[in-house]
Amino acid sequence: MTSLLQSLRKLVTLRWLTGRTAVIAVPSLFLAAAFLVPFLIVLRISLSDMDTAGSPFGGLLSYVDGIVVLKVKIANYLFIAADELYLLTYLSSLKYAAITTAICLFIGYPFAYFMARAKPSIRPVLMMLVMLPFWTSFLLRVYAWKGILANHGLLNDLLIALGVVQEPLHMMNTSFSLVVGMVYAYLPFMILPLYANLVKMDMRFLEAAADLGATPLQAFWRITVPLSKSGIIAGAMLVFIPSVGEYVIPELLGGPETLMIGRVLWDEYFTNNDWAMASSVTVLVVLLILVPMAIFNKYKTDQDAEERT
Amino acid sequence: MNGRTFLQRWFGRGWLSLGYLFLYLPIIVLIVFSFNSSRQDMVWSGFSLRWYSELMSDTEIISGFGLSLKIAFMSATSSVILGTFAAFALTNYQRFRGRTLFSSMVSAPLVMPEVIIGLSLLLMLVSMQKVFGFPERGVLTIWLGHTLLGMAYAAVVVQSRLQEMSKSLAEAAMDLGCRAHQVFFLVTLPNITQALASAWLLTFTLSLDDVVLSAFLSGPGSTTMPLVIFSRARLGLDPRVNAIAALTILVVTIAVIAYAVMLARADRRRRKQLSAAYLED
Repeated sequence: MTSLLQSLRKLVTLRWLTGRTAVIAVPSLFLAAAFLVPFLIVLRISLSDMDTAGSPFGGLLSYVDGIVVLKVKIANYLFIAADELYLLTYLSSLKYAAITTAICLFIGYPFAYFMARAKPSIRPVLMMLVMLPFWTSFLLRVYAWKGILANHGLLNDLLIALGVVQEPLHMMNTSFSLVVGMVYAYLPFMILPLYANLVKMDMRFLEAAADLGATPLQAFWRITVPLSKSGIIAGAMLVFIPSVGEYVIPELLGGPETLMIGRVLWDEYFTNNDWAMASSVTVLVVLLILVPMAIFNKYKTDQDAEERT
Repeated sequence: MNGRTFLQRWFGRGWLSLGYLFLYLPIIVLIVFSFNSSRQDMVWSGFSLRWYSELMSDTEIISGFGLSLKIAFMSATSSVILGTFAAFALTNYQRFRGRTLFSSMVSAPLVMPEVIIGLSLLLMLVSMQKVFGFPERGVLTIWLGHTLLGMAYAAVVVQSRLQEMSKSLAEAAMDLGCRAHQVFFLVTLPNITQALASAWLLTFTLSLDDVVLSAFLSGPGSTTMPLVIFSRARLGLDPRVNAIAALTILVVTIAVIAYAVMLARADRRRRKQLSAAYLED
């Protein structure tokens, strides 16, 4: 009894509430309540039946005549597997995310490279100029592309004035405008990690390569690119992962035929009111995203460890 | 200088200029066309302040703006507090049970699609409402969502500053007899104020701008400004939106310049103090 009291007292002594515990516990509790629990609820809803009251909380466990029954409804998942639309939407989300990532890399790599090779005195300015658009509304900047790409928009006016085309090109609400918007919004996420990586590069490697007779192009392919691998991975992940689930850009710039999983999810909840279905789609998207995220986290912990040494 | 490096240099400059043009084109377009007198697409038909005056009498936008400011203020503050705790735990405690889970939970909202965060929070709130009868969807639930997202960003900003800070400062303070909380308030905190300010501003703008989480978590009577803009933007072009954009860009530019001037001043002052300290030796 005394030992129990002692351990109880130990539990409530201030030792437990010292800085370290509080510093870890406060954000942990918040994250558990606002992030972990919601996901578990989504997982549960995706597996349960609509009960008679129309609420999607039909019990998972029931007890009848001494038998505990675990009822797991996988109908939603089977439906998703059988319905071509969902498969096509997943694939098309991955496709647009991959295209966005590839174009961002193509534009962003040289951009970050030249930034990193600029005079040290102007580098902070160049960096600031990349960050600055972040401070103006993302929504408004995406909206602006509607005006630029519209049939009587800025770009078409310019092309007609230059005599490149006679008739306005139909660019708005197509996969073209979608990709432009996505590349525009995610380009800084590619540039910043690449720049951070390239600016740290040891230039003596390039000198050594030149001394050994490599042309600048060879040195670039065989030294610079492999050395910036971790920057490329970080940038690609930062662009690819969020663009898979992007909602606002497809909604504002994409056409009716551009299938994106974020939009399907939104409609499933807001238009069809189908919670269980929306939950199942969510679970599958999370599973889909977990793989690249694990790669990203591993890269990050590796890099943190590298920085600490 | 041989031909190749000359060409390379101009290729580099050209690439950078085109890149910046791409990044800034929409911003320029918004500002220019906010002064356009016509309502049609983006056809220039003369200078006018018409959209600004219409904006002033647009009650939906104005009340949305007030609400957005309030939520942004609340969520930036809570994000920075929670984010600082998380960043502090991640930099100072290398080993504790559940560190991997903790660090992935802190950074997950950065990459998790907002639609998913929004939907799962919403379904949790709806379940809670079924069981406990609260909370109603509104300002508080939007605040919760924005705090979750902002906390991840704040943690990144603060963490990078904490990692730069040399451990020796805290160790020296400990040697001189400071207790843990004294070290934090007297040494660590003054050292990271700049990062805290950046994190606060970043999470403030993040919240001010958020559409998806707000859409899932708002209730009747809590329509934030981005929700108003988004619903209008879905329908087509609205020149009043250009005017909002131009105004926010103006405010942001002033704030960024003021912040840069402040930083430069603080830097100069510190250098002066440093050189004064050396002179005394």
